[in-house]
Amino acid sequence: MKMPEPDGNVIAGRDALITSLRGVVAEEGVIWSENELKAYECDGLTAYRQVPLAVVLPENTRQVAEVLKICSAHGAKVVPRGAGTSLSGGAMPLADGVLLGLGKFNKILEIDYENRCAVVQPGVSNLAISDAVADADFYYAPDPSSQIVCTIGGNVAENSGGVHCLKYGVTTNNILGLEIVLMNGETVRLGGKYLDTDGYDLMGVMTGSEGLLGVITEVTVRILKKPEMARAVLVGFPDLEDSGRFVADVIGAGIIPGGMEMMDKAATRAAEEFCQAGYPMDAEALVIVELDGHATEVDYLIGQVEEIARRCGASSLRTSQSEDERLAFWSGRKAAFPAVGRISPDYYCMDGTIPRGALSEVLRRMTEMSARFGLRVANVFHAGDGNLHPLILYDANQLGELETAEEFGAEILKLCVEVGGVLTGEHGVGVEKRDLMGEMFSEADLEQQQRLKCAFDPEGSLNPGKVFPILHRCAELGRMHIHRGQLPFPDIERF
Amino acid sequence: MSETFRPGDADQVCETVAWAAAEERPLEIRGAGSKRNLGRPMDNCSVLDLSALSGLTYYEPAELVLAAKAGTPLSVIETELSENGQRLAFEPADYGRILGNAAGQATIGGLVACNLSGPRRIQVGAARDHCLGVSGVSGRGEAFKSGGRVVKNVTGYDLSKLMTGSYGTLAALTEVTFKVLPVPEKTRTVLVFGHGDAEGIATLGQALSSALEPSGLAYLPAVAASRSTVGYVSEIGTSVTAIRVEGPASSVEARCRSLRSLFGGSDKTEELHGHNSGTLWREIADVTLLGSSGGDLWRLSVPPSAASGVVSAVKAELSPSCSAEVLFDWAGGLIWLDVTGAEDAAHEAVRGALHDSGGHATLIRAPGDVRRTVPVFQPPEPGLASLNARVKQGFDPRGILNPGRMGTDY
Repeated sequence: MKMPEPDGNVIAGRDALITSLRGVVAEEGVIWSENELKAYECDGLTAYRQVPLAVVLPENTRQVAEVLKICSAHGAKVVPRGAGTSLSGGAMPLADGVLLGLGKFNKILEIDYENRCAVVQPGVSNLAISDAVADADFYYAPDPSSQIVCTIGGNVAENSGGVHCLKYGVTTNNILGLEIVLMNGETVRLGGKYLDTDGYDLMGVMTGSEGLLGVITEVTVRILKKPEMARAVLVGFPDLEDSGRFVADVIGAGIIPGGMEMMDKAATRAAEEFCQAGYPMDAEALVIVELDGHATEVDYLIGQVEEIARRCGASSLRTSQSEDERLAFWSGRKAAFPAVGRISPDYYCMDGTIPRGALSEVLRRMTEMSARFGLRVANVFHAGDGNLHPLILYDANQLGELETAEEFGAEILKLCVEVGGVLTGEHGVGVEKRDLMGEMFSEADLEQQQRLKCAFDPEGSLNPGKVFPILHRCAELGRMHIHRGQLPFPDIERF
Repeated sequence: MSETFRPGDADQVCETVAWAAAEERPLEIRGAGSKRNLGRPMDNCSVLDLSALSGLTYYEPAELVLAAKAGTPLSVIETELSENGQRLAFEPADYGRILGNAAGQATIGGLVACNLSGPRRIQVGAARDHCLGVSGVSGRGEAFKSGGRVVKNVTGYDLSKLMTGSYGTLAALTEVTFKVLPVPEKTRTVLVFGHGDAEGIATLGQALSSALEPSGLAYLPAVAASRSTVGYVSEIGTSVTAIRVEGPASSVEARCRSLRSLFGGSDKTEELHGHNSGTLWREIADVTLLGSSGGDLWRLSVPPSAASGVVSAVKAELSPSCSAEVLFDWAGGLIWLDVTGAEDAAHEAVRGALHDSGGHATLIRAPGDVRRTVPVFQPPEPGLASLNARVKQGFDPRGILNPGRMGTDY
């Protein structure tokens, strides 16, 4: 993966930059020794590593603003980082860039039950928000698998999802306000404790912008009352076609489950061996459907789902009779990634989204690819919303296997786009899928997106080398090619 | 008389805008024109009429996704969806009537441009939350797209959100894609009678913070309630607090029972079934319960706990010759305020009342000369204003698309 050529002048001016940063952030908040920097050299996409120029850990918005101004003045790039759990290299450092860690922004500032929201700092973990409001039976809905550690700031930057987003939406649907700091040090507030931002929806743009537009320093999230009840159905199918039809029929019956997850045989076996969730080992596909809400409604819909499962040829069918049993159903799914990690030295997690109807075709072609590349693949699938996580199994110690796995992964993502889907559902483009953007977008599409970046960060200093395969200067992007006197188009109706 | 261009497809929209950019000719983008009177008036514009870009381009009920050309009438889309037992869940509001036009004219592109959501917004999100993808033509005359046809997508910046609510000042939309949802089996509305403003809003908050999953939460003071065409609402002679629940029949019945016992039992409450419930929420969404006298109509988004205080503060500041009628939706988070007798739409009183609570006020209806001088949209803080202006610059460097509609700068 080729990153932008580091700026030698910035690297040469490192000492002066560090001195300036230490003038703003107290001693232990600026890290520059080679040993300590090593800890920050990668995020969750461990295949790519780069030691940053320096790491800075500010504690408040004013310090963030000062740090960004200093970096701007020194021409240094800035990479924001939360917990560093990105699976796409979104927080991968740059050789000529300062890594801006937001770990010290770890406070819940306000819980406002009356307006059903919480104001939190970006370094608070996703789960900590739900924990903080659990006593009042509230929770924060998006629940990415990494929720114990991943931060809300990172969730906003990546627009994270989770297993419940079919019914409750992803991050962008669950936040009300943001405070951001721009690369020039300016602080801007977007939204607040009310619905719909006024003016342009810059909060919508910030969400999922992968740290390229601004540094998030405060988030106002919506909190929801916990559903009265949740029950899950665990259904095994003898073949993938049946499971695909089952998912389509549940949706077709007008049911929007709280969660609907599918695993193929490889993933099911790995999960079962890892945590004995009681999964049927003979099923080609396993589907977990969770219904939540009012007790009367949940019981009624459970009955409907069971009936659809039988009609679609389920080979096994279990419905949770207790909260413990429901959690047991989920335990295997939630542990699917580490479980696969046990059966293979390494795995590479992909993240495409496809129309639900294309599932069997995609799985079939993926099996062919698996044979062609000579690498096994296990599939975990957010079936409700079409988000597919193929896990490609490989061994990094075997010469060339990582490259083969990456090639295989790229083929899968191209296939997702070909059937009407997208490159990434929730993990982000980052560095990982950057060079595949052309599969989905034209040059004009990407240029227009970069013009938006120019409005936030005209020098292109914030997290460059991520998302966009080709970097353009803002001046170049702003140029217009005018062909004066062209035409008045004979074909266009005018009056 | 200004010239009107009516391109037949997206390529012709590109040609027209590219020409206008070269000539620096401002364009007023128009679908059906049903919300033409919303926003700052625009002068000396040629009209870019998108009504010929009409028709569904993709609809797979099993995928819960629909795409249509921007000029497609919303009524066409709603009919198609309803035949398949589906709907746009954010409950598009129709401002046609309050803006002095006929109802039922709006296009899907105009809906996106104005991000208009109805009462169900409180439960399922706004138009912006359901818009999955857009194609459009920037003020540079270049076609671009963003998003896709799947619900879960983080590939590139979410320009669909940026387009939603940008009032045509960034791009002329040519096609939009929406997530759609099934229509539940049953709908009922519980009415609670006789609350004062603060008490009614507290009741809505209590319902929303329960596990009963309400999909509509409005408070109608007695005057607004009296204008309903639903007898149970108009004839009671008091304020009406309305709470809607939707879902499978057994669930709806059980939740209605819970709500009624929570809020005073059968003496103080009533229940609307399918048809009446539908009529009432249509009236609330389309704001037809406020005076039809043509007063200045404000739409305020506030923290719900501040709602009744904001209204009291506005009323306290109004001059004696003015009067105001009010209606609360979104559990109090949305205030409709109809002010009569003010020369400047009482904008200082309205926006001043938001000072402590936060929130924003949009002047949805007022005479053109008022909308020319009073900011229709909440004036942003200076830092945000200049960021907005730079965003506009990135899409429409020559300022030819709906110039000034959202304010003097963009």
